Amino acid sequence: MPAVQETVEQVRSIDVDQYKYGFITDIEVDKAPKGLNEDIVRFISARKGDPEWMTEWRLDAFRRWLTMQEPTWARVEYPPIDFQDLYYYAAPKKKAGPQSLDEVDPAILETYKKLGIPLREQEILAGVQTSKVAVDAVFDSVSVVTTFKEELKKAGVIFCSISEAIREHPDLVRQYLGSVVPVTDNFYATLNSAVFTDGSFVYVPPGVRCPMELSTYFRINEKNTGQFERTLIIADKGSYVSYLEGCTAPQRDENQLHAAVVELIALDDAEIKYSTVQNWYPGDSEGKGGVYNFVTKRGDCRGKNAKISWTQVETGSAITWKYPSCILRGDGSRGEFYSIAVSNGYQQVDSGTKMIHLGKNTTSRIISKGISAGFSQNTYRGLVSAHRKASGARNFTNCDSLLIGDKCGAHTVPYIESKNASAIFEHEATTSKISEDQLFYCQQRGLSEEEATALIVNGFVKDVLQQLPMEFAVEAQKLISISLEGSVG
Amino acid sequence: MLEIRNLHVQIEDKKILNGLSLTVNDGEVAAIMGPNGSGKSTLSYVIAGKEDYEVLDGEILLDGQNLLEMEPDARAAAGVFLAFQYPLEIPGVATMTFLKAALNAQRKARGEGELSTPEFMKKVRAGAERLHIPQDMLKRALNVGFSGGEKKRMEILQMALLEPRFCILDETDSGLDIDALKIAADGVNALRDPKRSFLVITHYQRLLNYIVPDTVHVMANGRVVKSGGKELALELEANGYADYRSQAA
Amino acid sequence: MAQVTPMRTAAETQLLDLFPAVKARLPGAAEPRQQAYDAFAKAGLPHRRVEAWKYTDLRASLREAAPLADAPSAAVLGEVRTKAAPFAGLGPALAIVDGMFEPSLSDLHGMPAGVQAVGLAGALGTGHALAAQVGQAAQADDAVLALNAALMTDGVILRVAAGTQLERPLVVRFVRTGSQARAAFTRVLLVVEEGASLTLAETHEGPAGVGHQDNTVVEVITGDKATVQHVRLNADGGGAVDLSTLGVKLGADCAFTSFALVTAPALTRHQIFVTFAGENSRVSLNGGALLKGRQHADTTLVVNHAVPHCESRELYKHVLDGEATGVFQGKIIVEPHAQKTDGQMMSQAVLLGDNATMNNKPELEIFADDVVCAHGATCGQLDDDLLFYLRARGLPKPDAEALMLQAFVGEALEKVEDESIRDVLEGVVEAWLRARL
Ligand SMILES: Nc1ncnc2c1ncn2[C@@H]1O[C@H](COP(=O)(O)OP(=O)(O)OP(=O)(O)O)[C@@H](O)[C@H]1O
Ligand SMILES: [Mg+2]
Repeated sequence: MPAVQETVEQVRSIDVDQYKYGFITDIEVDKAPKGLNEDIVRFISARKGDPEWMTEWRLDAFRRWLTMQEPTWARVEYPPIDFQDLYYYAAPKKKAGPQSLDEVDPAILETYKKLGIPLREQEILAGVQTSKVAVDAVFDSVSVVTTFKEELKKAGVIFCSISEAIREHPDLVRQYLGSVVPVTDNFYATLNSAVFTDGSFVYVPPGVRCPMELSTYFRINEKNTGQFERTLIIADKGSYVSYLEGCTAPQRDENQLHAAVVELIALDDAEIKYSTVQNWYPGDSEGKGGVYNFVTKRGDCRGKNAKISWTQVETGSAITWKYPSCILRGDGSRGEFYSIAVSNGYQQVDSGTKMIHLGKNTTSRIISKGISAGFSQNTYRGLVSAHRKASGARNFTNCDSLLIGDKCGAHTVPYIESKNASAIFEHEATTSKISEDQLFYCQQRGLSEEEATALIVNGFVKDVLQQLPMEFAVEAQKLISISLEGSVG
Repeated sequence: MLEIRNLHVQIEDKKILNGLSLTVNDGEVAAIMGPNGSGKSTLSYVIAGKEDYEVLDGEILLDGQNLLEMEPDARAAAGVFLAFQYPLEIPGVATMTFLKAALNAQRKARGEGELSTPEFMKKVRAGAERLHIPQDMLKRALNVGFSGGEKKRMEILQMALLEPRFCILDETDSGLDIDALKIAADGVNALRDPKRSFLVITHYQRLLNYIVPDTVHVMANGRVVKSGGKELALELEANGYADYRSQAA
Repeated sequence: MAQVTPMRTAAETQLLDLFPAVKARLPGAAEPRQQAYDAFAKAGLPHRRVEAWKYTDLRASLREAAPLADAPSAAVLGEVRTKAAPFAGLGPALAIVDGMFEPSLSDLHGMPAGVQAVGLAGALGTGHALAAQVGQAAQADDAVLALNAALMTDGVILRVAAGTQLERPLVVRFVRTGSQARAAFTRVLLVVEEGASLTLAETHEGPAGVGHQDNTVVEVITGDKATVQHVRLNADGGGAVDLSTLGVKLGADCAFTSFALVTAPALTRHQIFVTFAGENSRVSLNGGALLKGRQHADTTLVVNHAVPHCESRELYKHVLDGEATGVFQGKIIVEPHAQKTDGQMMSQAVLLGDNATMNNKPELEIFADDVVCAHGATCGQLDDDLLFYLRARGLPKPDAEALMLQAFVGEALEKVEDESIRDVLEGVVEAWLRARL
């Protein structure tokens, strides 16, 4: 409840054109030369201390990537990307694996502080009494520090950077990496497979309920760097983990490319809850600059009664191309997708999900709330499919779009495919603007038009906000209101 | 004091108010009665500042302040409260959240500090209790799925919380059962104050047995065609509007 | 992205060869036909990578393009005359047999006052004033439509004069004969002038089990304040491959309703393009498909709200038995400034067969804010509770199912206002359900 009030204040206090997170950290970086070829891939692999098999894996991906083409089916427009004009590796110039927080460059810690991430454990404990959050912070490409390692270790949970996992837990990585998103899945996923620099790795052993929320904050700092994280989460039989991902990037004129891959694997009776709040720089009020966010996220409910739940709040990026999906392979498994996508200015969002029902009695639920304002285009694109053997499959989809202003667009493109007579799919979608009568009612009670809009929008997205962990929900609510800044009146 | 002088209003080229004048003094309870479509709700919307209406002529002054130049929220902060004939539903926004947002917005506009959460909760709880509104209703989304009578009681609760200067009740009695009517009327009576005035729109004399008006005005074809004391309501109940319908046209 | 041109399939090659072979004897101006042919040559047959044809891969499913049908002989016409048409006796009828308009089978002299009917080939050949409007309502970047524009042999142009109110439906029969698979490309243009009102009912008739190929276009162009009811029935083996396009362009204050029922063809693709050109008009598009075996029926529609204050409604019902496939793709476009648009679309499917497939793609593409648009799609089985209730009242399971399916399709059928036509359609649905028992 207080969050609404805070939202209302945020709307007031923040300047329209000022992206709150748009500052640049001044630290020395270690970069690979611009461009991409086999040597760069080898360079990255060497810097990451990859074993031989990993280098080969990357090179294989790179060679395949050369034969692939950028997808063009999404409703997004941008000038061609020159993939040879990007830096594929940038790391803070310091010894790669700091042993404690004290060794971390204070400038980085300062950045996180500005972002409001409670990186220091004390801060976390002081700030959030009821729940604990372990943070694996990714600064440009290198995981800076992982907190709470000890406590997680006691529970048997492995939470580290993917580079560390490749070195320390090669068997797990080799077994699962690329098993949900194959190397050649799509243009960006293949590129990521060749050049990914860091990301998080989580393994939760059988029967373990991860004792805290795990969290990664991504941030793109360096000029002209693509950020290619790779995240791999494995929930072994009967385990549970909740993972939070937050993203910000500094304000820049150029467009920055981000092409991450996230793979989730849930074995029998396991559950993974993956939440994202994405507020990368959306570009300025004229549509200049901003992040291109071309992300492949997919979860595989590989065991029976497994459950994977995606929750996303997307307010940032100039272009978002993102479809967190679930493969419901195990009988009785369940997939969920809860999404809020807010677009303003000249942002373009093409996002949604895929729920692929393969096993018997699999269920899925999709709740998507799109809000378009300014000159933005906001598209929901989703696929629900039941294969021949998916008897008893169930899906419920609800997709609502809200338009603020008459210069933006809201589009809904669902694909609903059933090949099983006992599958039951229900889909509903609506598009409308905020009701004038509701606005007037709120104003009659003393709320300004902007406050009333924020309030009604918050009501509109509530079903999704409720899916987020408490701390995230508050943050998300603020972000939504900030992104809609200046869209009314 | 609220003064309306020679108000002419139209909507989508349809003239609805035709030179309406009305004065409500401090502490006064004025009742407005009139046939369906005579413009009563229109009048209340225009006072509150709904956008769709075009004011062709006339003025509305609250304590000398020209309301017509103000945004609806500024009018609310100045003390205008409208209990809607058809209260709106706001999905996803908990009633409690809404009440707090509204109260604090008004306090802020008036330069008063925000209420602390415990203070606020206490106030709401007490108000809800007086109006027999169950606590769990406050957690539900505002007016969503509320019965007609529940919505009306919620309007009175908001009025009690916001402590307005000038209250308009547009058919607050319709949809209320007999017990609820008494409860709502008690709620209104508790707010009667030498500094606060009321404009009570109703079709039924029965409400005026509970909220006893100081004055009664008859509206027809967008004008006040007769004013009198509370006995006028009894007369209308007996004779209907036949006499007035023809007169105003 | 570089476009890879796929190898020509046999059917594509046959279609490409067909045009040069016959173009000299096709009526009307050669230039537009050549352009349409070129467009088809460039695109080839639609396949699953063409988004609008995602679920109906014509390139894969059309093995052979049948040769053009010969003009029917007197004997054939005599046979057609003895056959009872589905809408016989309900209103004046015009017949198009194997691609040719047949005055001898048409009630040309029984046309009501205010209705003008001419053969399309004649009109194109003589440069009839109405012929200029051919192609105005059916405009889309679509290979099947282009094929029709290139190859249409004949059809009918109907003009309903301003203010004319027709009591009885106008019937257009598309009749196919012969036991060898042949292709027919035909077109009907209906011009409805201001304030006129009518029902146009088309039927597609032909022998069962013959792989005839039909490519039909029906265009409806209206003035202001017109009311048009359109019905399409293919229950009687029209083309076994039945490709059809309905193009509608509406003036202001109009009402247009359409209902299409499919039970017969092996493969149907019915595409509808509606453009609102004037304000305050309403459109209601509806359909039912009852399919079994390996039948495939695709309804793809685009409703373009180009102007403010219009309303569109779509309701489609699929009943899929055996290994049948149903496809529904519906797109509601609201252009910038088309404020106060009200669009509601619903597609529902019941899968009876274990190997049946339903593909739904309801789309909203919205560029104006003051709109109320919604779509829904469901697919599943008959409601178990209701089924149980009916059985508890003594109905055997198949009868209970039939009753529920009839009610299911009936919701869309209800939109047909003309009672005599609706009765016939209900009879078709009933017969289909009875055959399942
Ligand atoms: N948006 C509108 N467009 C056109 N006419 C309107 C509009 N709003 C109100 N009216 C008309 O204005 C007239 C006055 O309406 P109003 O709601 O003010 O009447 P009322 O006195 O409150 O009636 P009731 O007793 O039924 O509540 C009615 O004839 C109504 O139909
Ligand atoms: Mg009223």
